[in-house]
Order: sequence, then C-alpha cells, then structure tokens
Amino acid sequence: MSHLELDHLVQRYGEHTVVNGVSFRIETGSIACLLGPSGCGKTTLLRCIAGFEPIAGGEIRVEGELFSRPGCSLPPEKRQIGMVFQDYALFPHLTISDNIAFGLKDETPEERKTRVAGLLQTIGLDHQGNKYPHELSGGQQQRVALARALAPRPQLILLDEPFSNLDVDLRERLSVEVRDILKQEGMTAILVTHDQHEAFAMADEIGIMHGGAIQQWDTPYNLYHRPANRFVADFVGQGAFLEGTIIDEHWVEVDTGVLESQKPLACCFDASPACGPGSRVEVLVRPDDVVHDDASPLKAEVLHRAFRGAEFLYTLRLPGGAQLLSLVSSHHNHAIGEQIGIRLEIDDIVCFPVQATLSPP
Amino acid sequence: MYEFDWSSIPGALPFLAKGMLVSLEIMVAAVVIGIVWGTLLAMMRLSSIKPLSWFAAGYVNTFRAIPLVMVLLWFFLIVPHLLEQLLGVPRGTDMRLGSAIAGFALFEAAYYSEIIRAGIQSVSKGQMAAASALGMNYWQSMRLVVLPQAFRNMVPLLLTQGIILFQDTSLVYVSALADFFGTASKVGDRDGRLVEMLLFAGAVYFVLCFSASQLVRFYQKRLKTA
Repeated sequence: MSHLELDHLVQRYGEHTVVNGVSFRIETGSIACLLGPSGCGKTTLLRCIAGFEPIAGGEIRVEGELFSRPGCSLPPEKRQIGMVFQDYALFPHLTISDNIAFGLKDETPEERKTRVAGLLQTIGLDHQGNKYPHELSGGQQQRVALARALAPRPQLILLDEPFSNLDVDLRERLSVEVRDILKQEGMTAILVTHDQHEAFAMADEIGIMHGGAIQQWDTPYNLYHRPANRFVADFVGQGAFLEGTIIDEHWVEVDTGVLESQKPLACCFDASPACGPGSRVEVLVRPDDVVHDDASPLKAEVLHRAFRGAEFLYTLRLPGGAQLLSLVSSHHNHAIGEQIGIRLEIDDIVCFPVQATLSPP
Repeated sequence: MYEFDWSSIPGALPFLAKGMLVSLEIMVAAVVIGIVWGTLLAMMRLSSIKPLSWFAAGYVNTFRAIPLVMVLLWFFLIVPHLLEQLLGVPRGTDMRLGSAIAGFALFEAAYYSEIIRAGIQSVSKGQMAAASALGMNYWQSMRLVVLPQAFRNMVPLLLTQGIILFQDTSLVYVSALADFFGTASKVGDRDGRLVEMLLFAGAVYFVLCFSASQLVRFYQKRLKTA
C-alpha cells in the first residue's frame, strides 16, 4: 500500500481551476518533490494535503485512510502531517526548545526533554535551546522549523519552498543536510519548490507541475534525459531545439547532418502516433551534447558567453540560423563573433513533434 | 484675591486614601473583566460564524456611540432592580460599587475588544497554520500561540486605555459613590475648602496618570528594541 495517495485531486478558487486532476503515490521513506514555475498550483496542492484547504474533487489518502474528499476533510490538527513553512512560522514568543517541544502533547516531561535534546543535536544547535527565534540566523531558524515539524514523528512531512529565503550557498548546503536528516528519521516527505537544483539535491522522485497538472513524475535523471513533453524538456535543465526530419526509429536528419540515437527515439513514438518516418520534429540538444572540436567542419558563431568558473556557457548560432547552447571548459576562451568548430554528440535523442501552432489547423 | 488655605488637607488624607482605594478597585476590576470580555468579543467579531460576528459588531458599535456617564447611570438605576427581582436581594442593599464596576467593565470591553481585535489580526495567519499542523485545535492555537503574541504587542495600548479608565472612574459621582474624586469633593464641601481640595485631587490624578503614561512609553520603547 502506498503511504500517500492522491487520486484525481481538483481544487478551484471560484471559476479558476488551480489543481486539475492530479494523481500520484508516494512510498514510505521516499522524498518527493513538486517542481514547477510559480502559479502552477504546487503550493495549493501541498495545502490540500496538509488539510488547510477543502478540495473540490478527488481524494487524498494516507496509509489507505481517507483524509480529504469533496465536502469532507479531516482537520489539519488530526492528520499528523508536519509542515515546514516558507517563512518558517516559528513562534516568536517561545524559546527554541519550546518551539520544538510544541507538538509533543502526549509525552511525559522526560520524553519531551530527551526528544528536544536529540533534535537540537541533529540540527547542530545543542546548548542553544534557550535562545529565541529572532536571535538565530536564517539557516538556523530553518533548521529549527524542520526540527519542530519532526518532533511529534508525523506520518508525513511537507516542506513549502523551505530554502527560498536563504542565500544560494546556504541553500545548497542545507538542502543536502535536510535530506540527510529526513533520511535519518526515516521520514516520508514532499518538498515544493521552483528551483530545480534544490529539487535534484533533495528528492528521490520529482513531479513536474504546470497548469495545475503533473506533466511527468519521474526520477531526476529521467526528467533531464527522458523528458516526457516539450514543457518538461524546456523547464528542466538548459537546452535548445533543432528542427529535423525523422528517418526511422534511430535516425534523424537535422540541418547539421544526420544524428543517430542508441536507443529508439524517445517521446516521439510513444507520445504522438502521428509521428513517424518523414515527420518534422524538434530535437532536444543539451549544452553538454555540443562538443567543442576545432577539427570539426561544422562551424558556429559565438553570440553570447557566460563565464561559470570551470566552464563557459556559449550561445552559438549555426550557419542555418538555429541557436545552440554549449558547455565548454573555460580554457577555451572565445570572443563574441568568433567562429568555433563544434560536434553534436547525443547518445539518446529526444525529440518532439513540431509544435502544433506551426502547422495549419 | 482668593486666599488659599491648604490646612484642611492633612486631616482629610485618611478619607482620601479610602476613596483612592475605591477608585483603584473599580479600575482594576473593570480592566480585568473588560479585557476578558473584550477578548471574547474580539474573537466573536473575527469568527466565521456570522451571528456571533454580528452580535459583537452590534455590541461594540452601541457602546462606542453612547456616553459613558449615561451607561453608569443606567447601571446605577437598573442593576439593583434586576438583582432584586432575579436573586431576591433585599431592597435598599448598597450595590453602587457593583453597578459601577459592571457599567465600566461592559463599556470598556467595547474599546478593549477593538484593541484586541487589531492585536489578533497583527499575528500572521501562518502562526495559526503552524500550530494546527502541530496538532493543536482552534482553541489551543489561540491560547498558546496567537493570544500571547497579540497581548505582547497590545500591552502598551491596553495600559493606556487603563489610564484613561482610571480618570473616568471619577464619573461615578453620578451615583454618589465615594471614590477619590467624590471623597475630595465631599470633604471640600464639608470644610468649605472645595477649591483647594479639588486642586489637590487634580494634582494627584495628574501625578499618577502622567507617571503611568511615562512607564508605558518606556515599556513600549523596550518592546520595540527587543
């Protein structure tokens, strides 16, 4: 039995449908992430799971027990679902220890003390339990919020954009740290974020949300390398698209030549039956698929470059006018306007039918 | 030229002290009851149950639209009758102090409830959500999370309102209750030194209220820096 199960969940605000038929399952001990641009409905979905919002359609079940359906909702305080809020929502009038102990109602004073001391140690704030939230840094407050949510040993823990108020360095360090703590406590968790680095660092599985629906539910690796549709391909990672024509299951012809895929062409054949030999498609080209090679006969003009320390991210223009991104070791320092030799090295080709807007209705 | 004669004041001090005790008694009782009742009114006003919210709004608007002295007079006239009929309290029992406290408390509750409502609203909604995610129901969340923060922010306003209430206690003269002001005026009359006595009483009110406001201001500054 899945730990958490959403079945065709729908949520509306008036006429506006925010969550539109979302279904997924999460197994015990897994860390899942809802990743999507702002306004895609991911925070609303999280609030529905927490019980802060009644739902308009579908069901939410935890361990097989019904938590929400239209017209009937178990109140949040009875769900045993912990939540870490975007602004942490620590209680400013209570000390750190009292904040963490807040949800421990049925324990004896001894048990509370032990649990709080244990968690303070886990989050690296031992002996600081007597401080007040405003005396801590943002990162420390974040960890206290996590400890407070973990303390009552909830069935599930929800994290709403937990790192968005922190600077980038801290964000990366803390996301790894939080993942370790969650795994150590054996916690099932759902994280909501718009930051894919955060999602990749934290999650075992990720649901890409757009327009109130899950576009793809998969591992981080598959989302990047086997995106299910054009939106996912665009949203996850960087890349460019080259137009081409399908020759057969393994071959695509593009402006720069013919490309071979080791696996049968992804997406195209599964997603669109109309797509077969002779169809016009867009081939996804990731920056690491474009290899710098001075000997290559294929030349491209440098349009833009972004220095990233170890590498440059070049925006290139092919002779035909199409643009590509290329990740090149920063020893290869090329000026804007320069022509450089490149080679396309794509192991598994991902392509999508040319978007419907281009063809007559 | 009027000749001031302060000689009657030292002899009147024991009476005045007794009067001051009555004034303080009224103030403390009215503040305590007013805050408790005002908190309930504020929560009703913010409640999603419409009739409760309407009742609280009606109560507050009514009491804020009538003069305090009239409320006191009504209570002075009505409460003894009510108690007589409901509880069989013998006719002629002196209930002026009780009537005055009830009048002040119910009147002040209207003002307190508006202060407290603003205080509750100043606590972010996320605090309530956080408490309920930790297993607390509405009343527990209110009592343990929202109200403590609301009151902490409101203490200066509540104290200021208390100081105003202390000055207003002098209005009990309408029921001839011997509070500080009433005693001063009675003793002044008796000794034929009303002007001196009232000047002295005014000075006492000023010293008490002014130093209390200074303390409130000091506390407010400390709250801001904390």
